[in-house]
Amino acid sequence: MSRPDIATLAVGDVIGSRTVTFDRAALVRYAGASGDLNPIHWNDKFAVGAGLPGVIAHGMLTMGSVVGLVVDWAGDPGAVVDYQTRFTKPVEVPNPGTAQVDVVGTVGVVDAEAGTVRVDLVVTVDGGKVLGRTQVLVRL
Amino acid sequence: MANADFEGRSYPANAPYSVGPEKIREFAVAVGATHPAHHDLVAARGSGYPDLVAPPTFAVVVAQRAESQYISDPEAQIDFTRVVHADERFTHHRPIVAGDELTTVLHVDRVVVRGAISMVTTRCEIYAMPQHVEVPSPEAEGPGEHVATVVSTLAIRGEDA
Repeated sequence: MSRPDIATLAVGDVIGSRTVTFDRAALVRYAGASGDLNPIHWNDKFAVGAGLPGVIAHGMLTMGSVVGLVVDWAGDPGAVVDYQTRFTKPVEVPNPGTAQVDVVGTVGVVDAEAGTVRVDLVVTVDGGKVLGRTQVLVRL
Repeated sequence: MANADFEGRSYPANAPYSVGPEKIREFAVAVGATHPAHHDLVAARGSGYPDLVAPPTFAVVVAQRAESQYISDPEAQIDFTRVVHADERFTHHRPIVAGDELTTVLHVDRVVVRGAISMVTTRCEIYAMPQHVEVPSPEAEGPGEHVATVVSTLAIRGEDA
């Protein structure tokens, strides 16, 4: 797989964008794979009782999914050396139906000496941000 | 509200988590990670890894086990039904790969109670245990090779929030 050349990158460059889609099956699959069985991610009654509008995606499912844009761009999953986010707004997942999560990646910092690039992700649902300060430090 | 006495507390290294290749594949499918290094041993070795590589957020599986030592302690007074995840950060000192035996040292870095909202920040220091039984050197800073640091903040809403 080809990897980006750090010498050609500049702050503000858009590395790409994609849409990831969650349905209830995706939430159940993530619950099983991660071991996070909190019922707010699969039980409507429980979610409403907890003060939520309905079942919401695991924040970690959103975080874990959107970073794929950066991994595929970098060409190596081991290139991600630091990754952080804030969970600012829950992602509701209807039943039946899907939630569409849009992600755009932009180069935020280039450190040629360290060989690292910080990619900043903007993650939205219907135009509203669901994650804040989402930064992925990649070693190229 | 969360018990502020827990701030600054640390836990001994926990029972090791064995990273299996099918768990890496299962987690990769669940987060839509299609890179061949998560799925195919030949591809992973071709990229210079000894075995399948875990996706960047896989460490949460290991960290959440360690965090439960604190979260599920009744004395910590964390009502899990009123918890929302506030933030998360992974720092990878090296990628996690299949075959790793990972032990975690949990630290409760911060417990802040502000009105009806409590914020608790935990830090998991994750180490790969040596593949061979060795006598640990007294100078060693941890129980093995430092692999990852996971910092997580939970917000707990009180009954009135």
